Amino acid sequence: MRVFKQHQGIVAPMDRSNVDTDMIIPKQFLKSIKRTGFGPNLFDELRYLDEGKPDQDSSKRPLNPDFILNQKRYQNASILLARRNFGCGSSREHAPWALEDFGFRVIIAPSFADIFYNNCFKNGLLPIVLEENSVDKLFAENAAKDGYQLTVDLEAKTVVTPSGESFGFTVDDFRRHCLLNGLDDIGVTLEDAELIKSYENSRRVTAPWLFH
Amino acid sequence: MAGKTLYDKLWDDHLVKQRDDGSALIYIDRHLLHEVTSPQAFEGLRLAGRKPWRIDANLAVPDHNVPTTDRARGVEGIVDPVSRIQVETLDKNCDEFGILEFKIKDQRQGIVHVIGPEQGATLPGMTIVCGDSHTSTHGAFGTLAHGIGTSEVEHVLATQCLVQQKMKNMLVQVNGTLAPGITGKDVVLAIIGTIGTAGGTGFAIEFGGEAIRALSMEARMTICNMAIEAGARVGMVAVDDSTIDYVRNRPFSPTGEAWDRAVEHWRTLHSDVDAEFDKVVELNADDIKPQVTWGTSPEMVTGVDGQVPDPAQEPDPIKREGIVRALMYMGLKPNMAITDIQLDRVFIGSCTNSRIEDLREAAAVVKGRKVSPSLKQAMVVPGSGLVKVQAEKEGLDKIFIEAGLEWRDPGCSMCLAMNADKLGQGEHCASTSNRNFEGRQGFGGRTHLVSPAMAAAAAIAGHFTDVRELIH
Repeated sequence: MRVFKQHQGIVAPMDRSNVDTDMIIPKQFLKSIKRTGFGPNLFDELRYLDEGKPDQDSSKRPLNPDFILNQKRYQNASILLARRNFGCGSSREHAPWALEDFGFRVIIAPSFADIFYNNCFKNGLLPIVLEENSVDKLFAENAAKDGYQLTVDLEAKTVVTPSGESFGFTVDDFRRHCLLNGLDDIGVTLEDAELIKSYENSRRVTAPWLFH
Repeated sequence: MAGKTLYDKLWDDHLVKQRDDGSALIYIDRHLLHEVTSPQAFEGLRLAGRKPWRIDANLAVPDHNVPTTDRARGVEGIVDPVSRIQVETLDKNCDEFGILEFKIKDQRQGIVHVIGPEQGATLPGMTIVCGDSHTSTHGAFGTLAHGIGTSEVEHVLATQCLVQQKMKNMLVQVNGTLAPGITGKDVVLAIIGTIGTAGGTGFAIEFGGEAIRALSMEARMTICNMAIEAGARVGMVAVDDSTIDYVRNRPFSPTGEAWDRAVEHWRTLHSDVDAEFDKVVELNADDIKPQVTWGTSPEMVTGVDGQVPDPAQEPDPIKREGIVRALMYMGLKPNMAITDIQLDRVFIGSCTNSRIEDLREAAAVVKGRKVSPSLKQAMVVPGSGLVKVQAEKEGLDKIFIEAGLEWRDPGCSMCLAMNADKLGQGEHCASTSNRNFEGRQGFGGRTHLVSPAMAAAAAIAGHFTDVRELIH
């Protein structure tokens, strides 16, 4: 997994609550058996005026000019600013794959859905929870200034604005450790293979009906 | 010291290692797989040169992409080549690694969350995961069950464990007695309407109280299925006689002495009387009416006798904006009566409501009646091949067909429209599924979530109507 320590980037505002994973990546693109290539279909139904199909060249499709990622100032955005309960719904990891493939590295919101939040960390994408009033402030500052950028520091656990204002955030130590070092967490778990085997062997005795 | 909740007990039973950083290794007893979220996980295993840790913990089935017609042709009958490749990929992966799969032509094939309990592959006290958020369904059996992403599918395949942080405990207690015609679906929609789609985020929810205890296992599955729509990955119900009776004599269930030992353990799977929950929510069953969603989030729900809300009355600006956007997408006006919403299609199926009891409830409503000519389509999609066989034994298929509903083959179907079954742009659908998100059932489609009985009543009327007026 890609290492994440610090990131500075353009901020795209997604000003609606309960953005669900069907919205992030519609189901027809879930038919792929690959992990990559979902970026052109990120937010497909909001981004294009027609109905998207798998294996289509999206560069020729009619764009919805009102959608945020179609506006010139946000085209190189790598930080997504969002509202409550971002990523709700399905467990599809295609949602973080699409965000990452588009070029996002950080998502900031007042709250995330649990499965989506967890899936982000597996893909080098950092979801950051900030207080609602802090998120409101970032939305306002971002709207007021073209080229607005934020700096995210995972080691210091801070989001810093262009004026130098800093917002602290919390993140689980294990997930932070894996991101900072780009660790494959299967490898980390397999370091405990003997422990897993011994648990399993004791369960074979105490709950044999679970093994057959 | 306070007693343990059911979640605490299941967690402690499966704890392999508590790490100093607060994370924990949790052992997984059952891993269910389907074609959409597993291909990249198998590929990851291969690339890393890893093998599945424990083959017999896995059970696979294709369900999301399978057509609901022309099934005699098997995989060849899948018209969309991209869908077909995904199903073929699951077949190949399961064959390569020796994982048991109910393939498309197997009578046991069906929606992954229907076949687990049906086969007894879902047993009380288990930890169960699947790359699908509706894995919470299995919590109805006193299991710790939740959806995972594809990276975790790979992690479970490779290690039989997951790295987890312990969630908080929430009790949703439904007191009193449900009125006739009110189903598990109405209960869970009412719960989501009360706590909101993020109300359960960070919690494992236990559903309890007199009304839940009185429900059948299938109704409990419907409730746990939609825990995720309240934001909770995990929903669960304590084990009781209903649980044990349901599990008995299933193909994967233990027998003989192992059965007796298992039952003895399963009887302990309930929260202790003195257990403490971080949050308790109480609902009165007597107040619950047939529910209908009007918006694009499951929390946008009201009783069938209610009205579409007026955003001007909503004080929270973010919620107000959400209502405005939802009404625009749904093509509805503030204050219109729910019963005035005209429908184009009716879908009875999905992992929420496609089991035999759901089909019986729907059939009881349409029996001797005809589907409204104003509808373009009304379809019934059983949850598994075995549900289909049972329904046909009971003559339910004939009741549906005579009433003008289509009788299909099992799969996820129009719940998420990955196969050929989908809504057209702007069409309103009374659906027994679990998500009314924008575009969920087809590009521009408008979904209203209801119970099977309410969907059946809507099919007859052509618009929403109170099913209690149709049943005696």
